[in-house]
Amino acid sequence: MKALVIIPAYNEETNLPFVLKDLQGFDGDILVVNDGSKDATEEVARRAGVAFVSHPFNLGIGGSIQTGLKYAQRNGYDYAIQFDGDGQHRADQIEKIVAQVESGKADLVIGTRTLAEGYKCGFTRKIGSLIFCLMIRILTGKRVADPTAGFRCYGPNAIRLFSLAYPDDYPEVESIITASRNGLIIAEESVLMRSRQSGHSSINRRKSAYYMLKVSLALIVDAMREKIVWSEA
Amino acid sequence: MDVTRLVSLLLSGSILTLVIWLIREGRLREKYALLWLFTCIVIILLAASRRILETAAIAVGIYYPPSLLFLLGLLFLLMVNIGYAVTLSRLSDNNHKLAQEVALLKQELKKMAKTGTGD
Repeated sequence: MKALVIIPAYNEETNLPFVLKDLQGFDGDILVVNDGSKDATEEVARRAGVAFVSHPFNLGIGGSIQTGLKYAQRNGYDYAIQFDGDGQHRADQIEKIVAQVESGKADLVIGTRTLAEGYKCGFTRKIGSLIFCLMIRILTGKRVADPTAGFRCYGPNAIRLFSLAYPDDYPEVESIITASRNGLIIAEESVLMRSRQSGHSSINRRKSAYYMLKVSLALIVDAMREKIVWSEA
Repeated sequence: MDVTRLVSLLLSGSILTLVIWLIREGRLREKYALLWLFTCIVIILLAASRRILETAAIAVGIYYPPSLLFLLGLLFLLMVNIGYAVTLSRLSDNNHKLAQEVALLKQELKKMAKTGTGD
């Protein structure tokens, strides 16, 4: 089976070498999606000899993942792994989230942090996560323990669906609804994380209220949308 | 001719001139040009004769004719703005897709240049 690791990277010149080194033992290909970085992210990828695509301007994390999935689809990959460019995800955890996709049991596997030791998160984040869990539960009937986790594995069906439609910004939670509404099987697997190497989380406290509101609205809108025609059958 | 009417005619005339000028310069696409030309004509008609507004207001049971003007004006602007939001969303979506396509094609081109084959 052909596997692709997608690394969305926006101004990650300091973290990217570390991430790429961590991935050295990975049995598959690597794609860096340089999302219009203003630093030497592209140069780092080029020097490391991994494949990369560069957006002409910043599209956001959702656009980056989608570009990676479009690449995976066009180049015939069987599954794709979303692996953050900031060093929080660990290469030695990849096989855990890949297993259920490889055996065909799931289309989308989320690497859940809450169950793993060594992951601490703030109080606000916990509340937010709880609200999202509840909303997902109401809108799709599914239980997802860590809906905001970005360490994921996409099977062939997920690659096909998300190439057509993937949310723009803050895509983690919304994509779960999209997947579920369009008949994908979602699974979770607990994984170990690293604390951030450098840089800041994309969500600070000031933005978190906006984040909650926007994602909540997006979830409801998504649940009202018509189903996407994505399968060939 | 009273001053009010003269001023409103002058104003509506200059709006029409602005729209025509923008069309001539190619800065207003036909789709929007038609909408704004039509709007200008309505404004000029309303400025030229008070009777139109008064008759229309009484016909729908509004006793203070300017109210009808405000109502219709606001509704018109609201609809135009919603239309712009839709257009903007579509353009932003297209822009998004184009950027992704450019990035992917550039990568493919590089790969082809490296291997010297077009597969």
